[in-house]
Amino acid sequence: MMKWLMIFAALLVALLVVSFGLGGRKEGALEIIGSTSVEPFAEMLAQEYEKTHPGRYVNVQGGGSTAGIQAAINGIADIGTCSRALKPEETGFTTFLLARDGLAVVVHPSNPVSNLTHQQIQRIFAGDVANWREVGGDDRAIHVITREEGSGTREAFMKLVMGKARVSRKALTQESNGAVKELVRNDPGGIGYMSLGLAHGLKLVAVDGVAPSAEAALSGQYRLVRPFLFITRGAPSERAKAFIDFVLWPPAQKLLEQEGLVRAK
Amino acid sequence: MRREKIISLLLMFAALSAISGLALITAFIFKEGLPIMMQVGLGQFILSSNWYPTEGEFGIFPMIVGSLAVTAGAMVIGVVFGLACAVLLTQFSPPRLVSIVKPSIELLAGIPSVVYGFMGVVILVPFIRDTLGPAMVSLHLASDPGPGLSVLAASIVLGIMVLPTITSISVDALQAAPRSYREGSLALGATEWQTTHRVLLRAARSGIVAAIILGMGRAVGETMAVIMVAGNTLDVPHSIFDPVRTLTSNIALEMGYAAGDHRKALFATGIVLFVIIMVLNTIALAVSRRRAGKAVAR
Repeated sequence: MMKWLMIFAALLVALLVVSFGLGGRKEGALEIIGSTSVEPFAEMLAQEYEKTHPGRYVNVQGGGSTAGIQAAINGIADIGTCSRALKPEETGFTTFLLARDGLAVVVHPSNPVSNLTHQQIQRIFAGDVANWREVGGDDRAIHVITREEGSGTREAFMKLVMGKARVSRKALTQESNGAVKELVRNDPGGIGYMSLGLAHGLKLVAVDGVAPSAEAALSGQYRLVRPFLFITRGAPSERAKAFIDFVLWPPAQKLLEQEGLVRAK
Repeated sequence: MRREKIISLLLMFAALSAISGLALITAFIFKEGLPIMMQVGLGQFILSSNWYPTEGEFGIFPMIVGSLAVTAGAMVIGVVFGLACAVLLTQFSPPRLVSIVKPSIELLAGIPSVVYGFMGVVILVPFIRDTLGPAMVSLHLASDPGPGLSVLAASIVLGIMVLPTITSISVDALQAAPRSYREGSLALGATEWQTTHRVLLRAARSGIVAAIILGMGRAVGETMAVIMVAGNTLDVPHSIFDPVRTLTSNIALEMGYAAGDHRKALFATGIVLFVIIMVLNTIALAVSRRRAGKAVAR
């Protein structure tokens, strides 16, 4: 009995040591926390940065825009990321615009509707228009898919499209860009919104006749555009500054453009 | 002797730390959630259907209905199949079969809930959206096939998840019924089935009720799988094909982002959930005590 206990304890200790050794946070790594929309791009930039700057490490985590701002304020993260414009009450830190992102309204690939006016989108998400027939599509119920309260993508959508109107109570709520994408890809009646850079494999709806693309967003024709921000408490630390400079540097900006984002002007 | 004492002290310490964990969690939830609940007003908080947390409107009525609807659905499925399984295993099957079936049902309890949720999303939701929903519409039993994510999908997934709890506790209850009941009933000329449903199921009734209530507690508390298949709308569901948001999903969906009053309102949601689960557990405890009392009286 005792012997087995000892073996068990030894195994446990070994497991702990190994897992910390492999996955533990590297000393002096730069911590980036925040928006799940920024996360994949920040991760790509981090990899690039680690490749070109040996000895520097970057940890990227999700959690959401609001969480990112919180993390920057209490110093949990060196850099917080945010995928919406800051609210008036959110002050007292330094922000860097790393890129801008188009917000795409997405539908099922088989959906014949390819253009919606700003107002139609608003009415669909508010629940006033409930059938695709009313906006020139098939006779099929519309399934509105939104994001959860606090999501940067949701807040950007609310500000850019909904204005004062509220999203319908009947809207399905999903907790990530990935979940929205999965749902719209499989539901012929679905409509959702997500980061333009992540909306592969779905049909992108033109808004007021302008098809969403990085170029249209850059030229200002496509209006549903939101900022991707880096946030630091006060001036950035030396290691945060180095990373931010790297991101704003033209080659990195070019990389972001290739991924479907709009470069920071 | 001294060694004995040290060990008993250590055990005492372990037991106390478990209990103090519970006490701390309770205190924390109430401390965080109660003020906002009072500020909004208990009636308003529980009975209002307006959940706009960033605009200061907190009403969780649709989620309370959602939790109850999904749980009720799960219990219909879990109880029918779980009880049938328990009866089969204790009354009508050879020991060899029992030794295979019972452990495999108990194994269901070890599968992570994300896996159940994933199976639900990949298999169940498309089936409901593309086959079952349209079929119901053509039979005029529903007005809209719905998006597949629904009370029904969540109920089925949860029903399967509570099967091991209900089955294994019911099996224990049925096995605990005195042998003489069964033998006496059969000796009086009752058939196997009459013996089972008139005598044994009644003798084991309180144990079965306890099993159902424990299963219910698990269904109310499940989060991950429900988020994946229930659709998480803010509306009160009108049919089993409507999507729904439960109390647990509400907390898990929004906690990551919430700040200020919104965060506190999520803790208040937790209080409501806590009260519901406490009530269920108290009933379960009372029922199983009554059973113990009866056994002594015998």
